[in-house]
Amino acid sequence: MLGWLSNAALALGAFFFIAGTLGLLRFPDVYSRLHAVTKADTLGLGLVVLGLCLRAPSWRAVVMMLLVWLLVMASSTTACQLLARYQRERDQAEGGDQDARH
Amino acid sequence: MPATELLLDITLGVLLLILAGAALHGTRLYTGIISFIAFGLLLALVWARLGAPDLALAEAAIGAGLTGVLLLSALGRHADEPAQPGSAVRTLATLLLGVLVLILLLRAVLPLAQGPQPLPALVNSQLEASGVSHPVTAVLLNFRAWDTLLELLVLLLAVLGVRQLQPAGRPRPGVWPLLQAWSRILAPLSVIIGGYLLWRGSHAPGGAFQAGALLAAGVVMLRLAGLLPLLRWENGLLRLLVLVGVALFLTVAAAGAWFGAGWLNYPAHWSGALIVLIEVAATLSIAASLSLLVVGERQELGR
Amino acid sequence: MILLAVILLLTILAGLWRVFSGPTRADRLLAIQLFGTTGAALLMLAADWQAQPALIDAALVLALLAAVVTAALVQLLRRPPGAG
Repeated sequence: MLGWLSNAALALGAFFFIAGTLGLLRFPDVYSRLHAVTKADTLGLGLVVLGLCLRAPSWRAVVMMLLVWLLVMASSTTACQLLARYQRERDQAEGGDQDARH
Repeated sequence: MPATELLLDITLGVLLLILAGAALHGTRLYTGIISFIAFGLLLALVWARLGAPDLALAEAAIGAGLTGVLLLSALGRHADEPAQPGSAVRTLATLLLGVLVLILLLRAVLPLAQGPQPLPALVNSQLEASGVSHPVTAVLLNFRAWDTLLELLVLLLAVLGVRQLQPAGRPRPGVWPLLQAWSRILAPLSVIIGGYLLWRGSHAPGGAFQAGALLAAGVVMLRLAGLLPLLRWENGLLRLLVLVGVALFLTVAAAGAWFGAGWLNYPAHWSGALIVLIEVAATLSIAASLSLLVVGERQELGR
Repeated sequence: MILLAVILLLTILAGLWRVFSGPTRADRLLAIQLFGTTGAALLMLAADWQAQPALIDAALVLALLAAVVTAALVQLLRRPPGAG
């Protein structure tokens, strides 16, 4: 039962990773790409962590993996904000001209 | 499932080669730096796949993290211009050097394929006497302490060399409150995790270089967020921190040569404590040196 | 398990395409953030699958350093006002 749940969580995690990646490849502008990667992949990581926790050998490993997930959640959201602000500053300063495009 | 495992390994290897090529031959320096960071990340995965968690940790901390910031802060001082096309002589020299390094590497690596090596067993049989229970730490700080001492000296030389070239501080844009708040969270975290790695080092993968790199990452964040004053070589405390690792290591080595069994031979019942002491000092030195390398600034003459 | 690892690696490959094709600097930096998340997931997978719990520490370090790198690079890339 536990193994089955774990596999389901891992598979769902893989699905969200794929979704985030598709967004990264297909979305038309930076802001929507930021959105896709930082949200979908963080959820994917959460599900992978859940799946691994269900089969973890010790409580210590569970706590460490949850810590990694917390850290990545905080880091993704902050990075998304920082990158979006950076891009907006660039767009405003240069009107989207050639220098912002590399 | 050996077929899928093979697929995994091949994908890893190919990705690594693509990234190495992109980092070296990218047309834009910025793309090269990003490729280099990604290369470090992937190399950490390769080490993990090869069953070498010590190297994975070190690569994740230093290769993927701080080196990228260091390269980008160097790039910030130059214009982002397309790389110069190399001349024929340069290409020839690169090829020659590459072949030479390849031959040397093959000579070093090929014997490993011919069955089990005597060294791991030797290390394990002597582990009791080393004062620590993790074989990698025992090798780095006891059996081959020379190597670690020289590594610290190399880092010191790098700091001194960069000090000659470091430009004066340039005006920085104002810092967003978001970045300040974020670095106030990240810096304590890096201190905690760095301390954890240092503590783990005596019985599990971890150690001074990884811990030092994490501490330095915290310092870099605080400095970039404008929460720390300028880091300069002229600062006496900072200079002391940079030197304390090498100084303590040399003192222990010389004391061993003078009173004990010989250069870098620790007395048996002190070796555990001495190794911890040296690791702590080395961590502080490495953290201070890396911070100076990444965010250090030169004092203008006459100011 | 291994299939998941291969999927994650393919995710990295897709991110790589973003690194090379851009078009903006933020895109390329975003790929680094993606690599941090995916790399941490892969390291934790490897920890379970190769029975090496120390790799979870490596995942923690990787996640922390990816956060530092993205934040630091954004600050370094910004230009002082008026310097163009």
